[in-house]
Amino acid sequence: MNEAYTSDEMMTVTAARMLHNGAVCFVGIGLPSTAANLARLTHAPDAVLVYESGPIGAKPSVLPLSIGDGNLAETADTVVSTPEIFRYWLQGGRIDVGFLGAAQLDRFANINTTVVGPYDKSRVRLPGAGGAPEISSSAKEVLIIVKQSKRTFVEKLDFVTSVGFLMGGNSREATGLKGNGPTAVITDLCILRPDPVTRELKVSSIHPGVRRETIVASTGWSVEFADKCEETPTPEPSALVTLRQLKARTIAAHGTQGDAE
Amino acid sequence: MAEWMKLAEAITAHVHDGDILAMEGFTHLIPFAAGHEIIRQRRRNLSLIRMTPDLIYDQLIGAGCASKLTFSWGGNPGVGSLHRFRDAVENDWPRPLAIEERSHSDLANAYVAGAANLPFAVLRGYAGSDIPRVNPQIRSITCPFTGEVLAATPAVRPDVAVIHAQKADWKGNVLLWGILGVQKEAVLSGKRAIVTVEERVPTLDAAPNACILPHWVVNAVCEVPRGATPSYAHGYYERDNLFYRAWDRISRDRERFGEWLNHHILKTRDFEEYLALQRDPQVQAVFQ
Repeated sequence: MNEAYTSDEMMTVTAARMLHNGAVCFVGIGLPSTAANLARLTHAPDAVLVYESGPIGAKPSVLPLSIGDGNLAETADTVVSTPEIFRYWLQGGRIDVGFLGAAQLDRFANINTTVVGPYDKSRVRLPGAGGAPEISSSAKEVLIIVKQSKRTFVEKLDFVTSVGFLMGGNSREATGLKGNGPTAVITDLCILRPDPVTRELKVSSIHPGVRRETIVASTGWSVEFADKCEETPTPEPSALVTLRQLKARTIAAHGTQGDAE
Repeated sequence: MAEWMKLAEAITAHVHDGDILAMEGFTHLIPFAAGHEIIRQRRRNLSLIRMTPDLIYDQLIGAGCASKLTFSWGGNPGVGSLHRFRDAVENDWPRPLAIEERSHSDLANAYVAGAANLPFAVLRGYAGSDIPRVNPQIRSITCPFTGEVLAATPAVRPDVAVIHAQKADWKGNVLLWGILGVQKEAVLSGKRAIVTVEERVPTLDAAPNACILPHWVVNAVCEVPRGATPSYAHGYYERDNLFYRAWDRISRDRERFGEWLNHHILKTRDFEEYLALQRDPQVQAVFQ
């Protein structure tokens, strides 16, 4: 690729921008971890990264390959047990932002990470829930980072593992969930945000050089564009440098990039 | 009361066909040596519990030791799928595997309930999710004080819990540190417990709030250096990420997995022999 940055870098930098300095962020492994660490290394040095294996305030210099890598524990402010992470810190309401990935996503930002096909005779058995159901319900807000394609952005989920806005409208609130739900879905093509009333995801910002037709063709439902759809700012050169250094350090340490699902 | 013994003796004494077995360790300190020994002794019909089945249960499932799996995240961390687990769920190979699926938060809470000798865990979870639809064990309870409806799930009560830790002293007091996962809760929720450790030391020299399991909550302690590899032991050795990636190739195909299993586990006498094979570049050129 001959451009100044790749679509993956665009996605990661855009997602990182959304994490404000000082935010307490519950981080999933893979793309969310890459974006959260990029934020910490650029504009959000005081972001607190919490991993479900127990590290609070992790500051890894290379990206973890697994949710319980040793460098998370070594660089954390404290390491607590897994029950404590879920009970005191997540369910206790201390998480500002939950940062999730997804295998499948629908128009109301509900997430499937369980099965493709019927549950009893699934065509593809995915890893399952992990910490996501409680992150999506208890974090004050949720950011989802995922590559956009028709396989991923589907009309109907085979299984709802973790909830976004359920059937839209007020259906999330009606269940009594504490957190406010997803505020943005960041992809390699665009940013989608929930409509304030219907809660359906709408394209609110298109990455530079991406055509609307590409977004439509990569979405399994008839996706709508917000009235004031913007163009996403290009990645800051300094953020790109930091991201590439982070990945280079990770490859040197692990022999891989650290953002496999 | 903890008894120092060989790992093979501990498995013979405490892990029986049909047992409910929890082998814990959240990415860190996964008791692989004990898992291999269970395969070597050809245990059958085990009901396995583990938050993240990881390679250890992929191996047990592929070897035909398990009839049920309770879990909350079944992937190969940083790599992809657990192929032996998927083959069992999708194709009943080598035998059918019943699954009971829960979330991390649920299982962590359920271990706490088990350790606390309570029948069930209470958590604010699952609202709107399809998981309770496919797992009838996930129910609800109304708070008698506020009226809030919360999820209620059965406590984890294994027949036997197995963990790996860094150190134990001559009496069998166990010390672990770093990422602790649900290891302490697993031991305290089980009827019996086996702990493998990196080393046996004269004294633990631990700080007052260190995570120590007193010898009298552990049945068997076994010294097994590197017993958590290919996962890691904080302060001793790193995670063998290459093996996690190699496992994707080894386990993808039934025949290749079978050869690996036979050569590395069934035909080795103990974990030391397995480690010697792991270090042999010629053997690895064939299997990885």
